[in-house]
Amino acid sequence: MSVLDSKIPKGPLDEKWKNHKNNINLVNPANKRNIDVIVVGTGLAGGSAAATLAELGYNVKTFCYQDSPRRAHSIAAQGGINAAKNYQGDGDSNYRLFYDTVKGGDYRSREANVYRLAEVSGNIIDQCVAQGVPFAREYGGLLDNRSFGGVLVSRTFYAKGQTGQQLLLGAYSAMNRQINRGKIQAFNRHEMMDLVLVDGKARGIIARDMITGEIQRHAAHAVVLASGGYGNVFFLSTNAMGSNVMAAWRAHRRGAYFANPCYTQIHPTCIPVSGDHQSKLTLMSESLRNDGRIWVPKKKEDAEAIAAGKKKPTDLSEEERDYYLERRYPAFGNLVPRDVASRAAKERCDAGFGVNKTGEAVFLDFASAIKRYGKEKAFTSGHKNPTEAEIIKLGKEAVEAKYGNLFQMYEKITDQNPYETPMMIYPAVHYTMGGLWVDYNLQTTIPGCYAAGEANFSDHGANRLGASALMQGLADGYFVLPYTIGDYLSNDIRTGEISADTPEFDQAEKDVKDKIDRLMNAGGQHSVDYYHKKLGKIMWNKCGMARNAKGLEEALDEIKSLREDFWKNVKVTGTANTKNAELEKAGRVADFLELGELFAKDALHRNESCGGHFREEYQTEEGEALRDDENYKYVAAWEYAGNPRDAKLHKEDLIFDNIELKTRSYK
Amino acid sequence: MKLTLKIWRQESANAKGKMVDYQIDGVEGDMSFLEMLDVLNEDLVAKGEEPVEFDHDCREGICGSCSLQINGEPHGPDKLITTCQLHMRSFNDGDTIYIEPFRAKAFPVIKDLIVDRTSFDRIQHAGGYVSVNTSGNTIDANSIPVNKHDADDSFNAATCIGCGACVAACKNASAMLFTSAKVSQYALLPQGQVEATERVQAMVRQMDEEGFGNCSNTGACEIECPKGISLENIARMNREYMAATSKG
Amino acid sequence: MGGLIQSSTARKFAMAISGLFLILFLAQHLTINLTSVISADLFNELSHFMGTNFLVQALLQPVLIFGVVFHFVMGFILEIRNRNARDVGYVKFKGSANSSWMSRNMIYSGLVILAFLALHFYDFWVPELVHKYVQSHPEDPTRYYAETVAKFESPIRTLLYVISFIFLMLHLLHGFASSFQSIGFNNKYSKGLQGFTKAYAVIVPLGFIFIAIFHYINSL
Repeated sequence: MSVLDSKIPKGPLDEKWKNHKNNINLVNPANKRNIDVIVVGTGLAGGSAAATLAELGYNVKTFCYQDSPRRAHSIAAQGGINAAKNYQGDGDSNYRLFYDTVKGGDYRSREANVYRLAEVSGNIIDQCVAQGVPFAREYGGLLDNRSFGGVLVSRTFYAKGQTGQQLLLGAYSAMNRQINRGKIQAFNRHEMMDLVLVDGKARGIIARDMITGEIQRHAAHAVVLASGGYGNVFFLSTNAMGSNVMAAWRAHRRGAYFANPCYTQIHPTCIPVSGDHQSKLTLMSESLRNDGRIWVPKKKEDAEAIAAGKKKPTDLSEEERDYYLERRYPAFGNLVPRDVASRAAKERCDAGFGVNKTGEAVFLDFASAIKRYGKEKAFTSGHKNPTEAEIIKLGKEAVEAKYGNLFQMYEKITDQNPYETPMMIYPAVHYTMGGLWVDYNLQTTIPGCYAAGEANFSDHGANRLGASALMQGLADGYFVLPYTIGDYLSNDIRTGEISADTPEFDQAEKDVKDKIDRLMNAGGQHSVDYYHKKLGKIMWNKCGMARNAKGLEEALDEIKSLREDFWKNVKVTGTANTKNAELEKAGRVADFLELGELFAKDALHRNESCGGHFREEYQTEEGEALRDDENYKYVAAWEYAGNPRDAKLHKEDLIFDNIELKTRSYK
Repeated sequence: MKLTLKIWRQESANAKGKMVDYQIDGVEGDMSFLEMLDVLNEDLVAKGEEPVEFDHDCREGICGSCSLQINGEPHGPDKLITTCQLHMRSFNDGDTIYIEPFRAKAFPVIKDLIVDRTSFDRIQHAGGYVSVNTSGNTIDANSIPVNKHDADDSFNAATCIGCGACVAACKNASAMLFTSAKVSQYALLPQGQVEATERVQAMVRQMDEEGFGNCSNTGACEIECPKGISLENIARMNREYMAATSKG
Repeated sequence: MGGLIQSSTARKFAMAISGLFLILFLAQHLTINLTSVISADLFNELSHFMGTNFLVQALLQPVLIFGVVFHFVMGFILEIRNRNARDVGYVKFKGSANSSWMSRNMIYSGLVILAFLALHFYDFWVPELVHKYVQSHPEDPTRYYAETVAKFESPIRTLLYVISFIFLMLHLLHGFASSFQSIGFNNKYSKGLQGFTKAYAVIVPLGFIFIAIFHYINSL
């Protein structure tokens, strides 16, 4: 019997959430005023949770390392947000969204959670529109939709290529309303350094004021972690520079189990690495795959000639191009899920068909979309016999209207005009499906410590579908957590104010200060980035898009020795009592150096390929992922036990009552 | 590329700052401006000196953290980009580059090139929202059609990233472009109408209290805005404000 | 009203309205002045009307004076506030990259115009007041033309006038179009309107310059 109780409510799938809401305990409004909740992270999940909790009447304190909640990295999400509204009348439903998400996640997610997500998805759109989020609309004034990978319907709502920005600003505006009412106290430029447990319950955090260096105690009745994912363990990723695992990892060290750390999403359409100076990678939205066609040359000589600059991609005729996604997956074509598209790109590049000097790039081509839109536009504007040049001009305008900001971004970075020559793209680390293990109520294994959004191990299984992260973040924050947390807090109405003046806080504060002292006074050989880059290389090469037992075993040891070297030889300049970016980075990298090892351990133990976790030993003859449902149909939740490699495995069996497990096929 | 950098260094909010010269070599055109600063900082750390503090986060032009005045212009010489999207190919070998923090009384320096922009947050606390509960009991999203042009204009105003380039570029350190973008986003949507009067008054009042200057329509903000927020928004806010004031 | 002018937006609005009023006045002033080039009699007749009509003297003139005083006092207030809004300046500030010289230097063009107004009052308004109210001369409807022309015999005064009008031009090149933005008029007509304001900003001062030079040359 597993120690993990997922607390999935009884009853039919589509009634679980409704019944659960009817049965959980509530806190009356007068008592809510006496209860404090800490929310760490102010992205979509944290921002929306903070706003809703405050609106319900709790006293909320939010923490973010950015100078404003509005800058959390949710802001960078480009493409859209899914919702089973069926506005397009293409047969969408809650069940279909549920089904697509479970299938897309390669059957490694919890049915009940995913169904709830699909159920509340429509409400998110209603909510956001009411808040004044300016989604894209059609000429009739109704909301527009687009398609994303891994699905056969159009259910993605969007605001050009800045959907995350608009949704986050919506959540932030809801926060503003509560800040203005005095119900939220926002601690910006504050970083959570540790979680404080009293009598086994989460009762507060230790935070560092990043301007003064002051170490502060903040007590509360419950702590919500919405601190995002850990993609930066790879150094290069599409995450923000500051995105880190510290809050989640500190909670893990205090007893929260960490689930499925090896499930990482490598996004297929990012701008390729240009050199050693590179600090981060830039995503080109998945929505581009609606209209862009991915290809490499059919002949290796052509690929080499293009890479060497002797040939231009536009020189190649249609017959000389290999649209490998359309070839391999005719049903879904360029819109296969992210893991599939990424691996296919890697396969072609590994075989020597890469089209840039590093050999790690494929083309994303808009030429046929430009022609198609141009023709359509000419036709609808009554121009029945347009010339080729007119078609292309109109087509470019149409493409610009859809993707203008992305094309501009691409040109700024690469100095190439994607209207004239195909984009070059390559997969990059983007999202982490793994995270803190939570039950149906989003509570971690520490009572009173909740995790929402990307920080939890979430609803995406082993692979997340496009436009689902925004949906999950807002679902957790607006509609799930504010209710489920009440069930827990209803036991705290007589507790009274939590004191930060206890031995537990003393100890936690001392631990934090000691750690900072150790970092400030280490050997002083190498910069923090030196270690971070080394860690990133190990992770990318051995725990990246394709993994094998040998590489993972090497990674385990390499990360361990890198970590030991870090603590002996890292060099942190400046002092601890001012703004000090080096110290901030050092604290984060120290945690990545532990997480990385657990990551490798998890990947090594999972002897199957599923979703974003691809083990070279486990693949079909055609090179597709080979799942092992008999032995690995479970969530791997790791309990901290000192060294990351000694972490103890707990399994939560995944039960599929409503979906038949199949080999995932997008052919 | 070899460059001379003249960078504002200031220990803390109350310390006296000064421009300090640095030489940097091996800069490549494909580097972003911030990656160039990373290289400088890596050098400084190697020498045991304190690296230059600057705000940055997403490095893809959307979070609005980066905030440098480069050669006298916010986000540098290129248009419609943030500093993280400025690439070194915009400079030449041997150039001297001035790097200063955004300057305004309402943006006090925290350290080196980092400024405190919480004044922007307070303007938004004052009224940058629609008072709708977030618990989900709303009407269907499609029950109120919105004219596409209005929705698009609202979106264009809402793309403001709150970086402060408008204030930095303005000779008067005025925050009208920022404030008007926020006002406009809601003014253009039916959802924002109910509270329109109070919103514009509260936000303008807060903007004034923060100590930003007056707009004198030089248009510098619009030119330097990385998101191309239009001056039309300021005109709209002026209209909204005078209409609100005449209502009382 | 007091509370209204407290806010930045209202100040801007008031600045624009007073500016637009003065621009309107300029057109009227130029029209009358131009008659001095065409016909001395007509000029005398119009000047006599303006100088003696009760409505003009008792109503429009005070409004005009208020407009002028308000515009420059508010201009100073705004300038001081704006300078305070950036307590620490830039070592390097490249205003030319994003704005016109005119828009950034309204205070200077305005100061030149203010200095000119002092000269202009000294030249015309003060003698007029002395003539009418101190010395209590009986009204002579034919005196205006000769008095005006006499002023432009001095090359220095003519030159000062010309320079001042060039600054007026610079002031108007930004100010006229800017007023519309300030009162919230920015729409599809703005582009056309901008063309008109630019033309106006150039033609009106040129008109005044033409008159000054015309009379100076005539006096040679």
